Amino acid sequence: MNPLLSVENLSLEFRTRSGIVRALENVSLQLPEGGSLGLVGESGSGKSVLSFAVLGIQDAAAKITGGAIRFAGNDLLADGGSAMKNMRGRELAMIFQNPRVALNPIRQVGQQIEDVLLRHTALRGAAARARAIECLSDVRIPDPERRYTAYPFELSGGMCQRVMIAIALACKPRLLIADEPTTGLDVTTQAAIMRLIRDLGREKGMATLLITHDLGLARDFCDNIAVMHAGHIVEVGATETLFRVPAHPYTAQLVRATPVGQERLEALASIPGNLPDLRRSDLPPCRFSERCELRSATCATPLPTLTASAGHVVACHHPQARTSS
Amino acid sequence: MISTILKRLLGAIPNLIGVVVVTFLLTRALPGDPAAFFAGASGTAEAVEEIRKKLGLDKSLPEQFIVYVRDLARGDWGMSHATGQSVLTELTTRLPASLELTLAALFLAVIVAIPLGILAATRPGSWIDHLCRGIATAGVSLPTFFTGLLLAYVFYFLLGWAPAPLGRLDPYLSAPAQVTGFYLIDSLIARDFAVFVGALKQLILPTVTLALFVLAPLARMTRASMLGVLSADFIRTARASGLAPRTVLFTYAFRNALLPVMTTLGMVFSFLLGSNVLVEKVFAWPGIGSFAIEALVASDYAPVQGFVLSMALLYVLLNLSIDIAYGFVDPRMKIEN
Repeated sequence: MNPLLSVENLSLEFRTRSGIVRALENVSLQLPEGGSLGLVGESGSGKSVLSFAVLGIQDAAAKITGGAIRFAGNDLLADGGSAMKNMRGRELAMIFQNPRVALNPIRQVGQQIEDVLLRHTALRGAAARARAIECLSDVRIPDPERRYTAYPFELSGGMCQRVMIAIALACKPRLLIADEPTTGLDVTTQAAIMRLIRDLGREKGMATLLITHDLGLARDFCDNIAVMHAGHIVEVGATETLFRVPAHPYTAQLVRATPVGQERLEALASIPGNLPDLRRSDLPPCRFSERCELRSATCATPLPTLTASAGHVVACHHPQARTSS
Repeated sequence: MISTILKRLLGAIPNLIGVVVVTFLLTRALPGDPAAFFAGASGTAEAVEEIRKKLGLDKSLPEQFIVYVRDLARGDWGMSHATGQSVLTELTTRLPASLELTLAALFLAVIVAIPLGILAATRPGSWIDHLCRGIATAGVSLPTFFTGLLLAYVFYFLLGWAPAPLGRLDPYLSAPAQVTGFYLIDSLIARDFAVFVGALKQLILPTVTLALFVLAPLARMTRASMLGVLSADFIRTARASGLAPRTVLFTYAFRNALLPVMTTLGMVFSFLLGSNVLVEKVFAWPGIGSFAIEALVASDYAPVQGFVLSMALLYVLLNLSIDIAYGFVDPRMKIEN
């Protein structure tokens, strides 16, 4: 079966005054209909850039230099992204971090939902308003008729995130991209929001791409996880496998740095070093090699793509678990 | 809403009292003796003394102040000794002339500067962005009396396209019956289109002169504010929801960018009232600016005090209307009342 979303060998760079930033290089991932994929990695690894490119809302300075993005059989990059124009917000939708500033501060939240409905559906007037109220009640906002006329500054952060989810789901998309949806929310609200996203995804058979730096969150939420580092996807696998037998040294370190249960702080390991400067012209084939304790001379040769087990792929010369090429 | 307006107006009273005191003291502190000025070069010492007594200038300062405030409270703004008219009459006939010019200039500046600023912000680095910067630089660096003279020279003297820069209306036409005091509006009310066209022709050059001057801050502020808003998170959300570029630009970005532009608009309006004085001189415009200058030169106290007081009133009303407009654009403002 064809995946709903497939990114194939996507490369993207930013042309800036201080040089070319190779933000994504040969990035590939697949997401089946109704599935959930976690895209994890530290800040600056290219997670958001990848999701913006999928939606076609990348920065003007960004240039896609190779690869393809397919969604439900459509080539999203063909004709300068014309296929995307009517699908963005309808078939694919996105929610962002810091919900309080991600909503228009001087427009009633109900109207912001209605704007999307007017753009993508045939609903007009009172019918659009009724549907917008229904969207608010879908995301479990109490008293939706009254909330329709509220402005973002009158709502809590959690409520704003619910409104944003309502905007994203207004047209019943097949794919939801959630970019750090719980950042800026308090812990109990985080859990409620994640539960809401999962429940709505199941109800509507919607696929979810969860972008997060929180491995624990991805573990609780996703069927599969893709690990990004400095614009590369270094490892993809089923969540359970990835946590049990992480193959890439970076994943292994990430897992060790993630608290599970009641571990003591000292038991957590931090990852030494920083992301390499992506403007460098002498970036090694493996962008993690300079931080890696397993580094050897072979790391200077082009990266292999090894299959550790069915559906578990790693890009490393020294995978930690047993692999077969 | 109405209680807010009343509260704001009451809050302005201390400011106005301050203005009354300060202008009174300032006019008295000015060099020059009005009595000697009106007695003329041939006036004898006795004549000067007599005029001084007649004007009440022989009394002590506190006494003069009490007389001034008492008259003001009765609605008597004093007499202009230069024109022999009451100051209030002078101001009410001349203020509409200044306001018509100022508002026309403001209108012209807004309809040029705002689209220019938006276009420059949506295409940074393009020719329209450079044009915006060029106009902004030229607008602030050219003084109004210079642009006024230049425009009059080119369009009246050289090309003959504009009428003579001699006031609000061609001397062969008679002013329309006063309703608002704005010739453009009054002539339409009177259905006198010849007067309308005549008044419009006279208005064009001084309006362009003033508009060029205030275009710069408006265009620059629109551009900066739009650039800021366009990179905001909520614009990204709007784009990600697939909203049409027009909706994103106007309904989402522009309305948010409008707030600092409105603040600038209020500031620019007060610049305009200030620079009116020079432009009215150049175009022989019978406004309050030229009236105040003449009174100042003649040490004619009452008109100067009346001018400053009416300007202060105008500022109070202006700031109030901008705050009210703010409340309409930004729902966050209403809460604070």
